[in-house]
Amino acid sequence: MRHSILRTAAAALIIGTACTALPAMAGTPPGVLIVGQSAEPKSLDPAVDTAVTDFRILTNIYNGLTHYKSGTLQPAPALATSWTISKNGLVYTFDLRKGVKFQDGTPFNAEAVKFNFDRMLDKNDPYHKLTGPFPLAFFFSDVDKVTVLGPYKVQFTLKKPYAPFLSNLAYPTGLIVSPTAVKKYGKNYGSHPVGTGPFEFVEWDRNNKVVLKRNPHYWNGEPALKTVIFRPITDTNTRVSELLSGGINVMFGVPPNSLRLFQNANFKTYQQVGPHVWFVILNEKDGPLKSKLVRQAMNYAVNKEAIVKNVLKGTATVANGPIAPAFAWAYDKNLKPYPYDPAKAKKLLAEAGYPHGFSTTFYVTQGGSGMLSPVEMGTAIQADLAKVGIKVKIETFEWNTFLSKVNAGLKGNVGMAEMAWMTNSPDTLPFLTLRTQAWPSKGGFNSGYYSNPEVDKLLEQARTSSNQAERAKLYKKVQVIVHNDAPWIFVANWKQNAVTTANVKDFKLQPSFFLLLHDVKKP
Amino acid sequence: MYGYIGKRLLAVIPVLLGLSLVIFIIMHLIPGNQATAMLGAYATPENVARLNAELGLNQPLPMQYFIWLNNIVHGNLGYSYTLNQPVLNAVMQRFGNTLILAIAALMLCTFWGLLAGVISAIRQYSWTDRIVTLLILTGISLPSFWLGLILILVFAVDLHWLPTSGMYEVYGGGGLLDLLRHLLLPAFTLAVGATTVIARLTRSNMLEVLRQDYIRTARANGLSESRVVYRHAFRAAIVNVIPVIGVQAGFVLGGAVYIETVFQWPGIGRLLVTAIESRDILLVQGGVLVVASSYVLFNLGADILQNILDPRVRA
Repeated sequence: MRHSILRTAAAALIIGTACTALPAMAGTPPGVLIVGQSAEPKSLDPAVDTAVTDFRILTNIYNGLTHYKSGTLQPAPALATSWTISKNGLVYTFDLRKGVKFQDGTPFNAEAVKFNFDRMLDKNDPYHKLTGPFPLAFFFSDVDKVTVLGPYKVQFTLKKPYAPFLSNLAYPTGLIVSPTAVKKYGKNYGSHPVGTGPFEFVEWDRNNKVVLKRNPHYWNGEPALKTVIFRPITDTNTRVSELLSGGINVMFGVPPNSLRLFQNANFKTYQQVGPHVWFVILNEKDGPLKSKLVRQAMNYAVNKEAIVKNVLKGTATVANGPIAPAFAWAYDKNLKPYPYDPAKAKKLLAEAGYPHGFSTTFYVTQGGSGMLSPVEMGTAIQADLAKVGIKVKIETFEWNTFLSKVNAGLKGNVGMAEMAWMTNSPDTLPFLTLRTQAWPSKGGFNSGYYSNPEVDKLLEQARTSSNQAERAKLYKKVQVIVHNDAPWIFVANWKQNAVTTANVKDFKLQPSFFLLLHDVKKP
Repeated sequence: MYGYIGKRLLAVIPVLLGLSLVIFIIMHLIPGNQATAMLGAYATPENVARLNAELGLNQPLPMQYFIWLNNIVHGNLGYSYTLNQPVLNAVMQRFGNTLILAIAALMLCTFWGLLAGVISAIRQYSWTDRIVTLLILTGISLPSFWLGLILILVFAVDLHWLPTSGMYEVYGGGGLLDLLRHLLLPAFTLAVGATTVIARLTRSNMLEVLRQDYIRTARANGLSESRVVYRHAFRAAIVNVIPVIGVQAGFVLGGAVYIETVFQWPGIGRLLVTAIESRDILLVQGGVLVVASSYVLFNLGADILQNILDPRVRA
């Protein structure tokens, strides 16, 4: 009896070990790049998409009329070779690139451009309802009509001047899709993307991979990589181990604590400032935070240097105001962030009539796009504020719940809420979150009810001016005023990071958070 | 016998109905919906209302429930907005992958659990028994998602023996061998908890049976030890273990949610996690309904099997 049991056990052990002794994994084949993503794509239709992870795929399949020049957030010619803007800033006339074909052979021309924007903006367009909804269509809500002037000439007429227009055209929402493919696939277009970009779509195996292959007819020259595979690996630890074991070549958003695992000859690490601002919205409608002195005191009381260094391990810099340093032309680099000065904070609180501080509630999220380490950062802020007598009660929510609570506006004893934005233009964040017209009741994101007529005026001016030097001056003025009014605690600007295996060449991070693989090589 | 099965099957219907209602209510109690998930940071109340209207989510809740229920009866679980395909297709395809994982884990835990239980019972208080008991204790105490990460670290990152995640290699590959390599770590991780339960139960049942008079009689009649253990004791002991294996099948399916996330197994667990994050409500409802129904069916299957093996249960 014993022998037979032992024999069975031995046999099972042998089968077990035979499985483990199967050939060890090889690295990825030459010319094949595997990108580890934190989420499964929602759609590959750029007009439908809202997720940064999806944008990394889209920017390789499609082109827009404009694109961000590599390494910047400056719109530059892409499918449009040049353009003119009418004096009143209402009419944009684009000359289009000739001889470009979509990956399905459809010629790219002015009709295709019109088709794309009609699909997104015209409720009566047959493909509007069929292929929508288009959550970010409001990027182009000021477009009145699109007119075809010739096979390679197209005109956009705006309802009112709108300076970020060229920049929004470079955003994925503005990428141009093949009209033939939309007509062919209808509501399934998002699973059969066709663009004019350097890579063409091969396969989307749900929850497993999206495969792209090089587009041999790409108008800007054939890319070096043969195949690009995007793998959704939702668990961060698993993504780290996949990169360590050679299963993927590129990973974005390596957690600060894991970065040191990749500081050796087998990997390359990249860092790049992004258009990101992490801040705490303060409630200016109810309670002690109505007082500017109190809000300034809170900015002095929080040790942002320590948060950036200890919590974020140097993956961010201290923020000075509402515009991210990535928008170099509009950012005021002479504006110094509030220094850590608890003594001054206490003095200001006393001046405002709160010598012994007060209590308030702080909404903290558990995660969410661009929120970095929200719980750790929230508790660090809570501890710093306690030191000057402000008792903060933290309430945490899951991201979607959090957004629905915060976007509806802070009420009553809820004095503070965390928030972070990644945007494509210096205009977006202040315009949507700081104007009086952007209060939640008016459909905006000004959840703290900040209001300063001067800021309102400057932002409107900046939006309607098409002179960049003038816009820069206006944005710098906005930063100085907002810095002084302190509607937020300005905390951090994130530096995005990525790690690749050492054999990946000419890889670059973009301040737009997009991924441009045209020039990347992997022998 | 058939009457018993018929009665049990009928009892399943109200259970499934109640289940569908609970799932539906829970999904609608969670704040935030598909529109807030799609809009992300741009989710103002105004944008949300606009998108809700476009998605048809502004209808009264009871109405939405009955539409859903009516569709289910007609074999239509709805359309997943994140996957751009019918929920039923998506769920059945992923459920197949989960079944591969669950069946592999169930085979492992049944085999090792019974083996360990029998060995430690026939060698009660020996060193073998102590070692097996120690292993069982360790197995019970390890959270499976943690164990999974440790196994990945050892066998994939350090030793490079096995792949970290996925079901097949993403380029080329495929085939049974490829599947087995990817299956080994997740199936093992998933099996550990259930193995310990089955082993403990087998051990105590075996010990009890071995003390019975008829075993002593069998031995006295000169039957060989292996015949006594296999033919008599084991068969009697396993009758009580089978329903537990059925329950474990349910737990294995539930555990697959964590394991599939850790190992990126393209099964229903991972499907549900991503669907919940993106508030793809129809997909979540359909997925949970299928998992829960299969849980009910596994239990039913185990009951029926026990019924066949041991006529005493029928009474």
